[in-house]
Amino acid sequence: MSAISLTATYAAMGARRVAVLAIGSAAILVSLVLDVATGPAFLPVGAVAKSVFGLAQDRTVDAIVWSIRLPIAFVALVVGAALGLSGAIMQTILNNPLASSYTLGVSAGAGFGAALVIVLGVAMPVPEAWGIPLMAFLFAGIACAGVYGIGQARESSPEMLVLAGIALLFLFQALLALLQFVASPEALQQIVFWLFGSLQKASWSKLWIITAVLVACIPLLIVDVWRLTALKLGDERARGLGVDVARLRLRSFVLISALTGVAVAFVGTIGFVGLVAPHIARMLVGEDQRSFLPASTLYGALLLSLASIASKTVLPGAIVPIGIVTSLIGVPFFVWLILRNRRAFW
Amino acid sequence: MKLTVDGLSVRYGATQAIEEVDVAAHPGEVLAVIGPNGSGKSSLVKAIAGLVAHEGVVRFDGSTVRPERIGYMPQDIGARAALTVLEAVLLGRLGRLGLRVRPDDLAAVEAVLGELDLMPLASRYLGELSGGQRQLVFLAQALASEPALLLLDEPISALDIRHQLEVMEIVLRMTRARSLTTLVILHDLNIAARFADRVLVMRSGRAVCCGQPEAVIDAAMVASVFGVEATLSSDPQGRLIVTPLRALAAA
Repeated sequence: MSAISLTATYAAMGARRVAVLAIGSAAILVSLVLDVATGPAFLPVGAVAKSVFGLAQDRTVDAIVWSIRLPIAFVALVVGAALGLSGAIMQTILNNPLASSYTLGVSAGAGFGAALVIVLGVAMPVPEAWGIPLMAFLFAGIACAGVYGIGQARESSPEMLVLAGIALLFLFQALLALLQFVASPEALQQIVFWLFGSLQKASWSKLWIITAVLVACIPLLIVDVWRLTALKLGDERARGLGVDVARLRLRSFVLISALTGVAVAFVGTIGFVGLVAPHIARMLVGEDQRSFLPASTLYGALLLSLASIASKTVLPGAIVPIGIVTSLIGVPFFVWLILRNRRAFW
Repeated sequence: MKLTVDGLSVRYGATQAIEEVDVAAHPGEVLAVIGPNGSGKSSLVKAIAGLVAHEGVVRFDGSTVRPERIGYMPQDIGARAALTVLEAVLLGRLGRLGLRVRPDDLAAVEAVLGELDLMPLASRYLGELSGGQRQLVFLAQALASEPALLLLDEPISALDIRHQLEVMEIVLRMTRARSLTTLVILHDLNIAARFADRVLVMRSGRAVCCGQPEAVIDAAMVASVFGVEATLSSDPQGRLIVTPLRALAAA
């Protein structure tokens, strides 16, 4: 075979991946429009479009679209994107398909942080509405640091890190249960609702914060994209290729902490997106991180956007907490994904 | 690249993996490292590659700074990442890769894929390959880095006899053509005798002897190091043939 054939093979692989990303982006646009149109008052797609482009004559539609629906729809996208991306990074650096911030205690840590504010009313140097997100963010970071710190005890082997994550998951769940046990009925209700996960408190300011964190992570990931790909071949082989594995893991954990923390802080615990989106991406584009990370981000956004629509439509007249929807849809979907997978990826 | 190892020791906790090993290898030379399981062969290669903490000095052309151009192929071939053969081999050039892969990187990968007859597998995922095919891919990865020093840890352990010969012929040819310094861990004494310029024999973490195969491999060495009674003969081309007869009772 000639050099042209390898170049052609490489170009064909690239074209396929670009197509997967383009299809994901197009599906996100459709889902976004449907998400804005769906709700207690269904808005025709045309009316939504007019409002978005400033052509609506009905102030009520404008108010619904701009004050409620658009922030929720966009927050669903960026939270899904952040969870998908953090799940992908986690699965890569731990070389484990079951890794995600939900399964390895980071979300549980955030939940405990939130519950701490709700039950104990911990004084924070911020407005009250931001106290819960801030503590959730902090405890997501503490959980990440805990996983990394315990894992370091055994040269940060992936297996040790996963076990550390599982240990912390149980620890934070136990602490959370303790807080729920001592909480007043009102506080208990507030904790439970937070843990369900909800997009209903979305706002433009929250959207910008999550988006800023997401965007800030991109250049940091681009720098490490080949090193992360090398890590998929195992620690020893990556080291042999010149990768400083310990430092790469540390940098990645900081990004995971920021992405998960900011996502969970504002919307509560949302499971399965961070686990399922990377699996979809892996099946579609493989694990060259140049396409795997963007695909996980896009399909994470799409999944949560679709879940947002479902949360408003499964029970007529009610909005089911988004965390319940992602788990209810996520579990059978995840099982289906695993069963239909022909390649020996995991 | 001239490799000089002086007084190299590696310890894993309470276990002394290798102790005070001295060895040197030269450009254009294939040095085979042989010895029974657990004799410290892999630890020696890992220490030279800078992958494990060690005592002693490793010099590359007289310098103790680990150069980038080391092609290291570890023993493990179990990688089941969702990466294509092309991507896995590209990773051999990790230090040079940008977000967009340059034509010269693709050309280097193509050359080595062609050399190892892997072009038809270029777009296949590693998980779809046999163990032997994966071993070839990781050899290609090590070669794609255009190394000056090639460290191969049992590169032919999962290959059939035809591919064993082909791969070792490629390793020997590239070592000569590119003036590589090649250390290769082997279990097959006949392959070592046939393809290595010199053989380093290890036992219990120590270097027992080092020299040309004909000078090093004899019935007494095979008995004392491997615990195997063997006969030695020559083929019509005069190449050494080791025939193991039976395991000797432990002393």
